[in-house]
Amino acid sequence: MNALLPVLLVLSPLAPALISFALPARLAPWRNAANIGFALVKLALVVLLLQGVAGGAEYEWRAEFVPGLYLLLRVDALALLFVTLSTFLWLVTTVYAIAYFKDGPNLPRFFGFFNLCVMAATGIALSGSLITFFIFYELLTLSTWPLVVHKGDEKSMAAGRVYLGYTLAGSAALLLGIVWLESGTGPVKFDDATDLTAHSGDTLRLIFILMVGGLGAKAALIPLHGWLPQAMAAPAPVSALLHAVAVVKAGAFGIVRVIYDVYGIDIVAALGLGVPLAMLASATILYGSIRAVAQTDIKKRLAFSTVSQVSYIVLGASLVGPFAIIGGLVHLVHQGLMKITLFFGAGALAERLGITRIDQLDGVGRRMPITMAAFSVAALGMIGVPPVAGFVSKWYLGLGGLQSGEPWVIAVLAGSSLLNALYFLPLLYRAWLRPADALPSTDEMSADRPWMLILPAAVTAAAALGAGLLAGLSFSPLGWAILIGEDIYLP
Amino acid sequence: MTPSLLYALTGAGLIALGLYGFVTRSHLIRRVLAFNVIGSGVFLVFGALGHEGGITDPVPQALIITGIVVALSLTAFAAAMIARYAEDGGGGLDPDAEDAG
Amino acid sequence: MSPLDTLIIAPLAFALASLGMGRRGAWLIVIAAPVMIALAVWLCAQVWAAPVGHSVGGWAPPLGIAIRADGLSAAFMLATAVAAGLIGLFALDEFAPPKDGETARSHTFWPLLYLLWAAVNAIFASADLFNLYVALELLTIAAVALAGFGALKAALRYFMVALLGSLSYLLGAVLIYAAYGTLDMGLLAQRAEADLPTLLAAGFITAGLIAKTALFPLHGWLPPAHGSAPAPASALLSALVVKASFFILLRFWFDAMPGISGPELAHLLGALGAAAVIYGSVQAIRQTELKPLVAYSTVAQLGYLFLVFPLAGAADEAAPWAAGAWSGGVLHALSHLFAKAAMFLAAGLMLRAAATKTIGGLEGLARAMPVTVFAFAVSAVSLMALPPSGGFMAKYLLLTSALAAGAWIYAAVMIAGGLLAAVYLFRPLARAFAGKETPVIVPTPRWLAAIPLALALLASALGLASAGPYAFIQAGAPLAAEEGLK
Repeated sequence: MNALLPVLLVLSPLAPALISFALPARLAPWRNAANIGFALVKLALVVLLLQGVAGGAEYEWRAEFVPGLYLLLRVDALALLFVTLSTFLWLVTTVYAIAYFKDGPNLPRFFGFFNLCVMAATGIALSGSLITFFIFYELLTLSTWPLVVHKGDEKSMAAGRVYLGYTLAGSAALLLGIVWLESGTGPVKFDDATDLTAHSGDTLRLIFILMVGGLGAKAALIPLHGWLPQAMAAPAPVSALLHAVAVVKAGAFGIVRVIYDVYGIDIVAALGLGVPLAMLASATILYGSIRAVAQTDIKKRLAFSTVSQVSYIVLGASLVGPFAIIGGLVHLVHQGLMKITLFFGAGALAERLGITRIDQLDGVGRRMPITMAAFSVAALGMIGVPPVAGFVSKWYLGLGGLQSGEPWVIAVLAGSSLLNALYFLPLLYRAWLRPADALPSTDEMSADRPWMLILPAAVTAAAALGAGLLAGLSFSPLGWAILIGEDIYLP
Repeated sequence: MTPSLLYALTGAGLIALGLYGFVTRSHLIRRVLAFNVIGSGVFLVFGALGHEGGITDPVPQALIITGIVVALSLTAFAAAMIARYAEDGGGGLDPDAEDAG
Repeated sequence: MSPLDTLIIAPLAFALASLGMGRRGAWLIVIAAPVMIALAVWLCAQVWAAPVGHSVGGWAPPLGIAIRADGLSAAFMLATAVAAGLIGLFALDEFAPPKDGETARSHTFWPLLYLLWAAVNAIFASADLFNLYVALELLTIAAVALAGFGALKAALRYFMVALLGSLSYLLGAVLIYAAYGTLDMGLLAQRAEADLPTLLAAGFITAGLIAKTALFPLHGWLPPAHGSAPAPASALLSALVVKASFFILLRFWFDAMPGISGPELAHLLGALGAAAVIYGSVQAIRQTELKPLVAYSTVAQLGYLFLVFPLAGAADEAAPWAAGAWSGGVLHALSHLFAKAAMFLAAGLMLRAAATKTIGGLEGLARAMPVTVFAFAVSAVSLMALPPSGGFMAKYLLLTSALAAGAWIYAAVMIAGGLLAAVYLFRPLARAFAGKETPVIVPTPRWLAAIPLALALLASALGLASAGPYAFIQAGAPLAAEEGLK
């Protein structure tokens, strides 16, 4: 059973994927039921695993391919952090997507590939070896493309082309890095320290650049971020998936794995790789925020905000210190919760009132109070206002910078928070404090409240608030991240 | 010069001649003829090599006969295809000349 | 009667029977496909215990005919049985005679299919160079005739190249007999030495086979021949025929002549292969019609196979845990066999439904015929060598060997080839996904789409379950497969 649990976890989204592909469009209720049902099953499996791992159980499953190549699924604390996040967000996004699309075209295909994406993300989280990681990473690339081009118009097709251009080139670099590394070391597993002595220092630096470059294409590190704002052409649930559940997270998660479980912190420090990466991440944080300020489209602004926020995770990993990694990992969760709330909000605005630009937001808080309250909580969290979760991330990242002897990190965080405030507060100001002259009346709005479109945002916003308020508990994201940090740094 | 060497050299000469014809002429029937000339050359070489010091090695003999049958059937098939090509109004039997024109 | 003989005789019998049965001959495939697959499975079960082989009718070589099967042969025979069987079932739609009488095509397709099947099986089973020649010529006739279903001119061009290639091969075989007094590959492996006559003979044989395998720069005949034939014929040509001549090359160098090549010759083949990968991909990108695109993709994919010659054994010292390039090459050949068959069939269906030849005409097909487009996509994933697919496993093995041996150019070519494949294969896919309207299509029977899908999934399964096929092809594999050519 212990060996099978990770397999079941990875395969659990495959069933709704196949059901969605196979069922004709007119059986939509059955399809929706299958999607939500399996998401719940998966959540139950995750809870089972969480209990097991907290109790010290080991879960591992291995399938041999050819010699030197095997699929290894392993559950460790880091894997669970990502899996729990993606499973929870999968459930709410599924509910949201059902309401968002209603009975639009091509839905069997949409839900099929959506579930394949979630399967790939789960596989990425549970990967126990580099090549397993790569296999799921590519599956993610491939299954995301049909979602990006879902609408089929010129803009979506162009976004799909750009997306593939970046991610496939990134995958090629990643594959080259992995095979080059393994040609000297043998298959790399995440749980044992890898013997890297077969390669020279310069070779290792080059391989590191190849791998982080390849992963950076998905994590939207500058200058590889270009695809993310363009992919905004896709429907809102897809944006939620790209920005919070799977894609950019997969890149950031991979970078954490490379630094901590492939090279190991000592070698990363010895080769002098951490600080340059931290600087690149910082540059991305500031660049993304500055570009976000300049956007007038809500989704575009959120996209550049993602470019900025995901790099917090990379920053935490590359600073190589206990507080920094805790900050980075906890942000993996916090950013996911907050960003998905924002996208749910933006999607609901576009769907119900046709609002896509910031100057259309005047007074919308009074017409869509729940959505906008959730949106506001998430936005404040992004800025780093306590007690929302974002504050906890930034606090630990700042401490981590000091601990690693890189005090400039504080300046980056402060600057970024200032910029965050600059691009989020005007939205909140318009939504709550400006008159709602241009909008339909409250009665009209309350006549049709699609709860499945509204509640997911409320749930994720509450989770973001809870993660901040209850950060001290051992089962909070922070508690879990501290557990991982202790595992690494306390022998 | 032993007879077998003479045969072998003749075979080599035929191969060269046939190859020249095959490469320089694109007319389809000429090419098929060139193929047969090369084939004959190869079989002659084979036969000559199997006739060392007055003793005849049966293996080349057997293989040559098989080879001739194969070459014959290929020639027949080629002839049929070329005839069909001409009938179908494919135009000249010289694809290169046609391309040039 | 062992399954090995039967696998060669049965298709010949089916060929005769389909001729004799006239209009009903087409339906023979319904029996032939399961019978052949069962025979191949039976053979595999035997070979799994130990490689098999014997002299046909008790006549000992050199005058008799010896046949044998090791893991490599049996794996190819099974793959051929599955692919040819499925392609045959697919062809029922196109080549089953209509009620009001048979056409020349519906009458000739079936015997040709079985002849081709017999010829490739004979090639996989042959243990000596002359029998290979005879089988190769049988294959040439069947393949050229099938290519002639599309454009006679392209078929004739193919035929001329094939004729010259055969003669070159035959001349090489004759010279080898003159030098060693045998054509048996097992005996040759013990006797062959790296002297000038042997190298000359090997050169003739290799040149002839390269022309038949359409390796760059002798690829010119392939795109028109494969690109203009009907879908089932294209699938047979691209999946099976070019693999058979590559198979002989693999046998010749690794089984019969492992000690004579020297690194220069191996690298020459590797360099041609690398050039084929790049050239074929670039040409595929430039195509505006779908079938020539798929045909050029075959040119590119065949290039990978030739990287086996320089890379086999290359990782032996630096990465002893790796499975090696020889296995990678064989896995690549097998997964390309399935993937390309799937892709040609899917492409044929898509073009027929949209009543077009061009890539631009495919717009919106993902909505009108999702299963077919999905099959095309899955086979494309294997050709792009992305996981999870047999193509990925093969490329991983080849790449590991290249990097462990420091063969940077080959590694770079493989990476570039994968990206270029993505460029040319996503173009038709993107068209199929584009647009908002669901186009009106020429109706095709629904069950047809299941066949390319099955073939494409087999290419993927070869990656997901590669442990079994890998272990199987090691049965009776030559020493050189592990140590490389010397």
